[in-house]
Amino acid sequence: MEPFANLNTTWFALIGLLWAGYLFLEGFDFGVSIVAPLVSRDETDKRLCLNAIGPVWDGNEVWLLTAGGATFAAFPLWYARLFNGFYLALFLILLFLIIRGVSFEFRNKVDDPRWRLTWDWVNFLGSFVPAIVWGVAFTDFVHGVPLSPGGRYSAGLPGLLHPIAIEGGLASLALFSLHGLVFLSLKTSGGLAERARRLATPVGAAALALLGGTVAWVAAAGRPAVPGQLTGALPLALGIAAVAAAAAGTALVSAGRDGWAFGATGLAVLAAVGAVWSRMFPAVFPASNHAANGLTIAAAASDLDPRVTRL
Amino acid sequence: MQLALARWEFAVVTVFHFFFVPVTIGLAFLVALMQTLAYTRGDAEWDRLSRFFGRMFLINIAVGVVTGITLEFQFGLNWSAYSIFVGNIFGAPLAIEALLAFFMESTFIGLWIFGRDSLSPRLHLATIWMVSLGTVLSALFILAANSWMQHPVGYKVIGGKAVLTNFWAILGNPVLWGAFSHTVLAAFATAGTLMLGISAWRAHRSAADPGERSAFLRGARFSAAFTCATTVLVAIAGDIQARLMDTYQPMKMAAAEALYHTERGASFSLITIGNLKQRPVFQIRVPHLLSLIANLSWNSTVQGIDNLQASDVAKYGQGSYIPLIPLTYWSFRVMVGAGIAMILLSGWGIWAARRRAGGSLSGTGGKWFTRAAMWGMALPFIANTFGWIFTEVGRQPWVVWGLMLTPKGVSLLTVADVALTLAGFVVVYTVLGVVDSWLMVRAARRPLDSVGAGKVAEGGPVGAEAEVPGLIY
Ligand code: HDD
Ligand code: HEM
Ligand code: HEM
Repeated sequence: MEPFANLNTTWFALIGLLWAGYLFLEGFDFGVSIVAPLVSRDETDKRLCLNAIGPVWDGNEVWLLTAGGATFAAFPLWYARLFNGFYLALFLILLFLIIRGVSFEFRNKVDDPRWRLTWDWVNFLGSFVPAIVWGVAFTDFVHGVPLSPGGRYSAGLPGLLHPIAIEGGLASLALFSLHGLVFLSLKTSGGLAERARRLATPVGAAALALLGGTVAWVAAAGRPAVPGQLTGALPLALGIAAVAAAAAGTALVSAGRDGWAFGATGLAVLAAVGAVWSRMFPAVFPASNHAANGLTIAAAASDLDPRVTRL
Repeated sequence: MQLALARWEFAVVTVFHFFFVPVTIGLAFLVALMQTLAYTRGDAEWDRLSRFFGRMFLINIAVGVVTGITLEFQFGLNWSAYSIFVGNIFGAPLAIEALLAFFMESTFIGLWIFGRDSLSPRLHLATIWMVSLGTVLSALFILAANSWMQHPVGYKVIGGKAVLTNFWAILGNPVLWGAFSHTVLAAFATAGTLMLGISAWRAHRSAADPGERSAFLRGARFSAAFTCATTVLVAIAGDIQARLMDTYQPMKMAAAEALYHTERGASFSLITIGNLKQRPVFQIRVPHLLSLIANLSWNSTVQGIDNLQASDVAKYGQGSYIPLIPLTYWSFRVMVGAGIAMILLSGWGIWAARRRAGGSLSGTGGKWFTRAAMWGMALPFIANTFGWIFTEVGRQPWVVWGLMLTPKGVSLLTVADVALTLAGFVVVYTVLGVVDSWLMVRAARRPLDSVGAGKVAEGGPVGAEAEVPGLIY
């Protein structure tokens, strides 16, 4: 059993890395789409915003597909319980990602202001909604949701929207917006970059407050203990690191150190996912009602044949 | 009810994805070919054509990509029991597909779009070939997953889960190589037929513009030859698949023929009128052809549905192991019929283009050919869709052949939830389909770029934008 346990833990960490990579990357392209209406004065600005993320957004999204595929392969039960349970939330994300994806390609195909405005809205909403829903979902992961034995969640969409999760959703919205503003200051120049830089201070302050609040609330709310879990200090430290990195990013961007600022806001996203993953361990789908109902790494694993994983 | 809705949802989202996928795979290859011709020969006409069809490629791939994302999560959403059972096997090709193929596609498409002015022509050409390779690789891995469901290999069932024991067996699955060659060639033929229809129509319409006319006539000649060759190969690959099917999925073969009784030297049914379940009212049959297709032998035995059902009951227990016969039977014939029509159409195109010196497609023959080529653009879509319906419906009642029945694979959900997502996908996909078709038609009407035009942007730079380089979106 021992080698399996180690192998599965490695997979768990790897999947965490994929999610972290996804949110780091898609985080800034969501952010750019969300803040574009606020920082653009004219058509040129809008197109500069779109061009800043145009070549990369699809590649960023592939991290999501890889994370999904890896979860499917290594922890089929996790994949099944999670997406079956968070059914409507995932559906919402998919719908908005779909319309967002085509908006990039469709917007420039007809030279008409109303057409462009329509797709600008689609692009905005297609980023705004998933940015919140991912935050809600990740807060639910770490806080836990009520599960019946075998790890089944059945409280529907309303069950996911408790106050902590809503705060988490707003925190991710603010953090991604900050990440996007920093990316715009880095990638563009002139008035557009200036406006992005100025907006970064209030948005950064909001991100700090919301993220800090979520970390504190999750830590205070607690969850039924799972045997073998890590000490609460590690996830808390990572959570605090995320807040500190966001603060550093806000300060650095207003000081004009855009490259460092982008590193800092990215680090904030990575540390936040690290906090979630380390606090879930060794569960993959923790229960808020009764610890034994949660899914553990060992239970969810597909029990990959070690000969195969060595490939 | 929930099972029925889940099946409808899967059917809707996959059929829709597969409307766009073959066009992507095929056009990527065709555009890469044309850009290569433009590059190696320094030929401006090929350059103009490759840009023209490259724009259509981009409109199309946007929808292909976003509809794929839905599919990736369909299994967890609606088929969670199935996911738990096959995850260990099915997840691997899916993850590899994302890791290898999708990263490659998305990266090189970005480079291809944004690098037209900044990359050297040689590198820019390399990017579109990498895109094409990426699309073919994604077909390979997803078909590996699907072929495993048709003919499971390289696994062991441990504790109610299928566990991978040999990854190479999955890639060496004979069913995979049949499906892969057939599907990728069909995708090439799809794009070829599309290009033929558009080129013939544009050549016909642009009588007043000799430059455009000459370019599109060239496009028509090229795509007619390409389509004819690839469709013949599709038919050959399909025949190989039929033989594999007779070995691994004999029930599907029997259902495709509505063959109830085991026959020696079985005949192939061209058309059946009447009740497929009882004695047919009217049938045209080609003697011995079915035995020939299934086993490459005149007098071999082809098993009938009744026999197979009896032996399946002995093997798997009580129940019906017979797929929906009318749908299986007719979808197969529609696909093959569309394929034959495509061969005839493209053959006519080759002849029409060659008939006179310079191959002008003109005269009455040209008018009729142009019309046929335009309507003919529907053929590959029909063949692709019915091909998959045949493959998947013929596999029923199994979701994994011989291992898991479809009703056992479904998630625990309320009917309302599944109905809501089904309705949501149908509405959004309908809007996407309408907008995308409208944009495709617009792109097909657009004048060819003038020689050497550098910008991909529609409408070109306006005012202050002229100072900002590379404004593409
Ligand atoms: C342009 C599209 C196209 C055309 C012209 C054809 N097909 Fe096809 N066919 C497909 C597109 C397709 C497909 C959509 O790509 C399928 C679905 C699954 C697969 O592997 O390919 C398919 C499946 C499929 C299968 C099922 C394999 C299985 O279920 O295991 C068989 C036996 C054939 N085809 C045979 C043929 C023959 C004998 C054709 C002669 C003209 C033909 N197809 C033309
Ligand atoms: C893209 C082309 C495809 C089309 C058009 C297609 C079509 C369909 C249809 C019509 C069904 C419903 C069958 C029924 O209700 O009887 C179905 C089911 C299914 N197919 Fe496919 N399919 C495609 C590709 C794939 C691939 C590549 C896979 C796997 C990798 C796959 C896996 C499944 C699964 C899991 C189901 C659900 C269970 C079932 O109802 O059989 N399909 N597909
Ligand atoms: C149920 C089965 C399927 C799943 C889960 C699936 C998944 C996906 C996903 C997630 C994407 C988006 C990739 C991106 O974001 O870049 C995609 C695109 C693509 N898929 Fe599928 N797919 C399925 C069926 C198929 C089939 C049967 C083929 C071909 C034979 C295919 C070929 C492609 C190609 C070429 C693309 C690239 C862009 C485009 O679609 O136009 N897929 N698929």
